[in-house]
Amino acid sequence: MASLYQRFGGGLATIFIALVFLWLAGMVLAPNVMMIDYALRPNLPPAQIGGPNDVYSLDNILYLANEAVHRSIFFKTIWASAFVAFITFVVCYPLAFWLAQRATPGQTAIAILALTIPFWINEVLRTLAWYIILAFRGPLNAVLLNMGIIEAPVRWYGNIGVLAGMVYAYILFMLFPIYNSIESLDKSQIEAARDLGASTWRIHWRVVMPHAKAGIATGCVFTFMLAAGSYVAPALLGAPGSRWFTEVIYNWFFEGGDWNRGAAYALVLLVLCLVVVLATLKIARVSLTDVAK
Amino acid sequence: MSAADRIARWVFRFYMVAFFVYLFMPLVVMSAATFNTSRFPTVTPWQGTTLQWFSELWADAAMWQAVWTSVVVAFFVVIVSLPIGTAAALMLTSLHARARGLLYALMVSPLLTPGVVIGISTLVLWRQLNVGGGTFLIVVAQSSFIICYVMLMVAARLQRFDRTQEEAALGLGASKFMVFRRILLPYLKPSLIAAAFLAVLQSVENYNTTLFVRGFDTPLTVFIATKVRTGLTPAVNALALILITITVLGAVTYEILRRRNAAAAREAE
Repeated sequence: MASLYQRFGGGLATIFIALVFLWLAGMVLAPNVMMIDYALRPNLPPAQIGGPNDVYSLDNILYLANEAVHRSIFFKTIWASAFVAFITFVVCYPLAFWLAQRATPGQTAIAILALTIPFWINEVLRTLAWYIILAFRGPLNAVLLNMGIIEAPVRWYGNIGVLAGMVYAYILFMLFPIYNSIESLDKSQIEAARDLGASTWRIHWRVVMPHAKAGIATGCVFTFMLAAGSYVAPALLGAPGSRWFTEVIYNWFFEGGDWNRGAAYALVLLVLCLVVVLATLKIARVSLTDVAK
Repeated sequence: MSAADRIARWVFRFYMVAFFVYLFMPLVVMSAATFNTSRFPTVTPWQGTTLQWFSELWADAAMWQAVWTSVVVAFFVVIVSLPIGTAAALMLTSLHARARGLLYALMVSPLLTPGVVIGISTLVLWRQLNVGGGTFLIVVAQSSFIICYVMLMVAARLQRFDRTQEEAALGLGASKFMVFRRILLPYLKPSLIAAAFLAVLQSVENYNTTLFVRGFDTPLTVFIATKVRTGLTPAVNALALILITITVLGAVTYEILRRRNAAAAREAE
């Protein structure tokens, strides 16, 4: 702090500190503290707030643990998000490797520009595009019927729709971290492995992937988090059988009218994401500083 | 070249084609559906080519209201997040290593928080103060994480800043405020412009956070998502096509500017 005052003088430094304090205390910490407070209190009519019934308890969180439907949606969201991250990784890895190691600088520049275009377009529109493609009387069914691959139109909305839309939405969050980390791999290491007789699989498994560990971990963590916290893809591309945890949270707030329980559910989602993120980063030995790049 | 290599090459080519088809097909289909007369947006069957959906979009007052809400929100998000993000970056670079780690973790934590949680936590905090959802809360909630992006972009440029310039200016008798205004701010200007641009994009495209704090206001993303439920017509595709065109032009301009800056920076070194 002293160096901040020394560098900018009293007036400016005070303004800077006040602004940052406003942000971190007022917009980051206080909302989360209040959410925890909400999550731990019962949902009471206004007259009883502050009364003898207004005590802290874990009831709202236990409710989630005991309610079979919500619990299964919660676990399904976890594994489905992990699955989304895995599929996104499989889709992105070969391209990331090609861009980082094989492509000419010109090819890389064009490919990256091409990749960023869908990324600049917002998630709702990207999801809307899939909504149109996957419609029951939509283009995908029409093409597949014409080619004779399917005999009757398929209902794509549901798990498949959500998967397609999410993988699509998060490609770049996976691709760029992996690309960046593979780029720093010295080509001669791959050549050395090949000269020593390693197969392509083995080269990737033992040389490229360990080197790109940080990037892979970052990409997977971000994709998982975005998928678990996504609302628009399951809402548009889902079916009643593919409900997402965020939809349950939304319903507590705007249909069930129980904000305390909604806050508790949101808290569980937050803790889950933080645990997954921090644990993965710890296992892959990636620091937070590298993630934000 | 062995047969295995040849097969591998073909598999890779197939993968590349599939990848880029996967990437662009949705955008192509969505854009093309704008020009189909079919009431439900699709490209199969093609019922006839028309521009009617553009005029229908033009006449949609609710859509213009949504555009206006998004513009207002984006404007205030930039106003809020640029100064705070810059202050945060300056504070971070002025701190010692140990204190920096903790502050940094706190500052990037909104990036690791699911968007819905940011919306919910903001909503419950402000309800205690009797402020309900609406444009104001959308700005607050979006800014809380968009500031992170601003902070990271400004901090990245600050790392390359040569402090001797400040010392030279001080030595020549400039006040500390003058040094900040005349040396540091102009140096940071490219990253501030880029950050403002990114902030606008992030703000306009946000849905997960906005959904919870919007109250009765309807920004563009919420408007589009609601349309899907209540009656999707190709007018929404027309809107999407316009947005795609704007973003593609914006992305290309941004890329050109970025490269020009990078080239200028290389020459300066």
